[in-house]
Amino acid sequence: MVKQWFKSGSPWIWMTGGAVSISLISVIGLLAMIAWKGLSFFWPSEVVELKLEGSVPKQTVIGEIYDREMVPKSRLEAAGYDLSAYQDEYIERILVKTGNREYVDLDFRWILTTDIQSQTKPEAMAVFERSKNGNFYGYVERVIEDGKEVTNAPKERLVELVERAVDLNEEALDLQNGDIGHINYELERLRLKEKKYALDNALTDEVLADLESQRAELRAEYKVLEARLFELRKKAKRDQVVVRDMRGELVTLPIYQVLDLWFPNDMGFFAKLGHFFVQSGKFISDDPREANTEGGVFPAIFGTVFMVMLMAVIVTPFGVVAAIYLHEYAAKNAVTKMIRIAVINLAGVPSIVYGVFGLGFFVYMLGGSIDQLFYPEAAPSPVFGTPGVIWSALTLAILTLPVVIVSTEEGLSRIPSSVRHGSLALGATKAETLWRIIVPMASPAIMTGLILAVARAAGEVAPLMLVGVVKMAPTLPIDGNFPFVHLDRKFMHLGFHIYDVGFQSPNVEAARPLVYATAFLLVSVIIALNITAIGIRNHLREKFRSLEH
Amino acid sequence: MSISAQQKSFKTDKRRLFKDRFAQYSITAGGVMVLVALLLIFFYLLYVVEPILESAKVEKRTDVSLSSEKNYVGIGVEEQTEIAYLLEDSGSVDFYRIKGDSSGQLMKSLDVELDGNITTFAKSAPFLGLYAYGLDNGAIKLVKPSFLVTFPGNERLITPRIGYPLDGEQLLVDEQEQAIAKFAFSYYEDKAAAVAVTEDKRVVFAAFTPEENMFTGEVEWLIERTELDIDGRVNELLISPDTSRVFVRSANKVYIFDTRDPAEVEQFQVLAANEENANLVSATLLAGANSLMLANDNGEVSQWFEVNTEDNGRQFAKIRAFETEKTNKLDIYTEYYRRTFFTTTSSGDLGVYYTTSEAELWRGKISEQAIDTFAVSPRSNAVLSLSNNTLSVFEVHNEHPEVTWSALWNEVWYEGYPEPAYTWQSTSASDDFESKFSLVPISFGTIKAAMYAMLFAVPIAISAAIYTAYFMSSELRRVVKPTVEIMEALPTVILGFLAGLWLAPLIETHLPAVIALVTLLPVAVIATAFGWTKLPASIRHLIPDGWHSILLIPVVLFIGWLSFAISGQIELWVFDGNVRQYLTNELGLTFDQRNSLVVGIAMGFAVIPTIFSIAEDAVFSVPKHLSNGSLALGATQWQTLVYVVLLTASPGIFSAVMMGLGRAVGETMIVLMATGNTPIMDWSIFQGMRTLAANIAVEMPESEVGSSHYRILFLAAFVLFIFTFVFNTLAEFVRQRLREKYSSM
Repeated sequence: MVKQWFKSGSPWIWMTGGAVSISLISVIGLLAMIAWKGLSFFWPSEVVELKLEGSVPKQTVIGEIYDREMVPKSRLEAAGYDLSAYQDEYIERILVKTGNREYVDLDFRWILTTDIQSQTKPEAMAVFERSKNGNFYGYVERVIEDGKEVTNAPKERLVELVERAVDLNEEALDLQNGDIGHINYELERLRLKEKKYALDNALTDEVLADLESQRAELRAEYKVLEARLFELRKKAKRDQVVVRDMRGELVTLPIYQVLDLWFPNDMGFFAKLGHFFVQSGKFISDDPREANTEGGVFPAIFGTVFMVMLMAVIVTPFGVVAAIYLHEYAAKNAVTKMIRIAVINLAGVPSIVYGVFGLGFFVYMLGGSIDQLFYPEAAPSPVFGTPGVIWSALTLAILTLPVVIVSTEEGLSRIPSSVRHGSLALGATKAETLWRIIVPMASPAIMTGLILAVARAAGEVAPLMLVGVVKMAPTLPIDGNFPFVHLDRKFMHLGFHIYDVGFQSPNVEAARPLVYATAFLLVSVIIALNITAIGIRNHLREKFRSLEH
Repeated sequence: MSISAQQKSFKTDKRRLFKDRFAQYSITAGGVMVLVALLLIFFYLLYVVEPILESAKVEKRTDVSLSSEKNYVGIGVEEQTEIAYLLEDSGSVDFYRIKGDSSGQLMKSLDVELDGNITTFAKSAPFLGLYAYGLDNGAIKLVKPSFLVTFPGNERLITPRIGYPLDGEQLLVDEQEQAIAKFAFSYYEDKAAAVAVTEDKRVVFAAFTPEENMFTGEVEWLIERTELDIDGRVNELLISPDTSRVFVRSANKVYIFDTRDPAEVEQFQVLAANEENANLVSATLLAGANSLMLANDNGEVSQWFEVNTEDNGRQFAKIRAFETEKTNKLDIYTEYYRRTFFTTTSSGDLGVYYTTSEAELWRGKISEQAIDTFAVSPRSNAVLSLSNNTLSVFEVHNEHPEVTWSALWNEVWYEGYPEPAYTWQSTSASDDFESKFSLVPISFGTIKAAMYAMLFAVPIAISAAIYTAYFMSSELRRVVKPTVEIMEALPTVILGFLAGLWLAPLIETHLPAVIALVTLLPVAVIATAFGWTKLPASIRHLIPDGWHSILLIPVVLFIGWLSFAISGQIELWVFDGNVRQYLTNELGLTFDQRNSLVVGIAMGFAVIPTIFSIAEDAVFSVPKHLSNGSLALGATQWQTLVYVVLLTASPGIFSAVMMGLGRAVGETMIVLMATGNTPIMDWSIFQGMRTLAANIAVEMPESEVGSSHYRILFLAAFVLFIFTFVFNTLAEFVRQRLREKYSSM
């Protein structure tokens, strides 16, 4: 009976069905895991106070529980722990993030649950998010405002003081990056101008005097701004807070280093939800701190979006024209066949090869020539002859060209030929038919192609590593300095940010949640783009199906 | 219609016609541009790669005739190859212009300040740029022709000078102050040493170490002298630039001395180094000074360097030999930094060879007379040869001698290695490091990574494609297909990150779970299937056909959970509580955290949607009347699938696998993040690899434009390009054929 069942082939059908299940589980499981790990980063986790005694000296540890795992007792005993009092084959241990990086050796530590004497969640526990050295956990003891201790409702006052310092810091930063940055930029331009005059042999005394007067003006302006900056900083440094940490010692934290403060054990669900949204918002809008392992990813989002938009502007016309040629004009001959093979191959060539090509051809050859022709004064430092956002966009434009072509062509092939014939019969030329009838009808398909291309480009990292992405870009490709759009600048990218923070950062453990959050952001954008594209395509199919009958 | 209106209409018609034509041509141009883009990539890569495949070129620049009264013993040239210098045996240095309009003009003649009479002359290793005269009072005097570059009035002016190293002091080599008959010397990083044969045939080694006087701050030279014991006449003396080895050639024997400690000079080895039926005629040290080059009168030049032997520790051994001209005067000259060497003969022949790549780069006659002496320019872009009172200058184009087809793809015996090996090691901290460019380990890594990925992906993707296309109910298919396909859009950097930071540690701690999963899963699926047939029909009919995979989801999840839950128990029972130790101790396998298993799974994930999508299309578009016919004739579903549907769709499935392979071969980020990126050659599933693509990503940003390294990375990209081109074109071709076949059915 079993033999016959096997002979019928039915088990093999189930096996193939199993393969589908595995694929589905892995796709959905993967997405769910990224979402869970990415989003839980923003949820305020409770801070526990652990009293330890046993294999470690008696002490108190305060921190967030990060991870749990079961370890065979034998392995722990081999590592030198005395666990003879316990019968279990496995001992649980937990990973605790203790923060307070400048006061303890390790801000992450493994603790055996057997050592834990008591575990509490004190409501007074405060978490300080700081601009340096990561989080700080402890109890607020005293709040010092302008040298005097606050006695009346210190905690509420503390929150206000933190807000005040954050505002002042922000103002100082705006001043530094905005006006002062502008002056530095102008000074650099004057330097290049002078060099250019010298190269052209036109550096007369008049020109020199003019340049010098401009410089003096800028320097005077700088002096004023600098004074204001120092004043703002001094103002921000006014207050302190005294905190008792897990060693039981009092630590004075300057409030200007505190970015945010919350009491996680004292929060209700809605308070936590609010905190979650505030943290998510900060993640999207803030600049990274501490070698990218903390803070937000705003420059990476900006860089990705800007580069992808630039790429879309380049790739769309070429892709659409090529698709129109293939579908409307191309004769059935060898050239057409070769073009089709070229499209297939452009889609199949590994992305790193595009990176190599982009680096050699665009950056060194094209960029190098542009520098020689138009920026001789900047030598020896290159302007366009170095990786930058324009070269990244161009490289990715070639990479995504087949996506746009294939998608547009599919859209064109769905337009019934009766529509074309009708237009031609009424006396329109082929070009008019195309421009007035076909392209508008195919525009959703073009849109689909464009969205798919954007999704592909947003996730591509390997070629960008060669042609323009950096781990930390000091300035955005768009700013308030003339000519406002700087196509030669290097930029940050979400995908590269994941690679860099996850694999190149000094403290991978601390950075991991941030990497998950970045990954979630990138994945959700790309999946959303893809689903939109598929939606448009399906809608289009339905529409033309009805047109045919 | 009035005439003017008609004219107007003609005019608009003309304009419309023009527009139509214009659109046609510009759109055609746009279409052809796609082809141009692909060709541009191809030819640009080739254009960058091409120079490394070119062989060397030697072209004559100019001849300078010299006065026949002078006897020049040493020649050299400055970096810009504009001025050559010639050292006379009487102690003067002549500077000649060898470039531009005034080429051939004697610029300056300077006399060397000496204390004693000149008896002999010697030159140092080329990169030191030193020359020395041996004197009749047992001393030697070091000379360094140098060039002062100034820019008066924005024009470059080179002024030749003579410098005297060691503050002009003469080094007294022989304590007995006998005249020096022959010598070799070196002065490098503040250490000087010389080995000399004196008039009375003694061989003396002298080392000079500077010592600063604590009180006066003056430098005094600490001299240690040793007499070396040699049988027979000494033909040639050599000393390594770092003064650690001295080579004395006496007829066919080479005595090697260890002179690292000048107080205790020891004989290191004696080589009987001549080839069979031949005699040694000259010896020299290769750049980097680890290799000894010996020339035989039968034209064979052999390379010797130290390798580890079992019995005697490090010993010089013959590594390889080069066939050159058969002659009784065969001299060897070396470059400043690279392992190129030049041979010159008494009949005016020149040979250019590169040791490591075993390449003969150029051979030809450059003079009718015997070549007296020869020199290579500092940048290795020119050579000088002196024969019959004529100084000839040649331009040498030899940018990439170390790269040859055989050096890239065959085993190469590098200096200091015990045996020939495939090695990729492009950079190192030290200066005299020789780059090792074998593409074999990284190509191997590429194939290994792709193979493990395909091993994981092909069974799952094709099975899933078959089920989805042939058995699955159509409403479920509409959901499942896009779900799997959306995975293709997932950025590989995310897969790589998860593989490196989540999967790799997970597998490391739960290795038994992986083994359990692989064995339990098929068993569990079949058991479920069998159990399903035993269920009462009323329950079975609740779920329509084609929903098996949904039924199996809880089973797969349960088995997954179970495998991880029992992982620790398996580890305790089977592997003594620690798999990694068990693997290392019992099976002798090394275990890397980021290994091929991790890469296989992660990259398998990346290629599953590619293979699935194309294979599913192929199976789905098999005409229904074929399978219906088979079923009507009494075949079971499975028989119909295997003998009719799969057979018909097999070219499509093949094309799907090709596409998947193309993607796996070129994938960068996953491999970069999920392996250790070590270029090792080992099929072990528990070790990592380095692939072509990851190698490019790692090394490209720091490679110097135009260097051999840069071009080899382009070659790697070119190899990837060609590889994927072949696979994609093949797959596309097969798919086209299949489409035509279906449409005729």
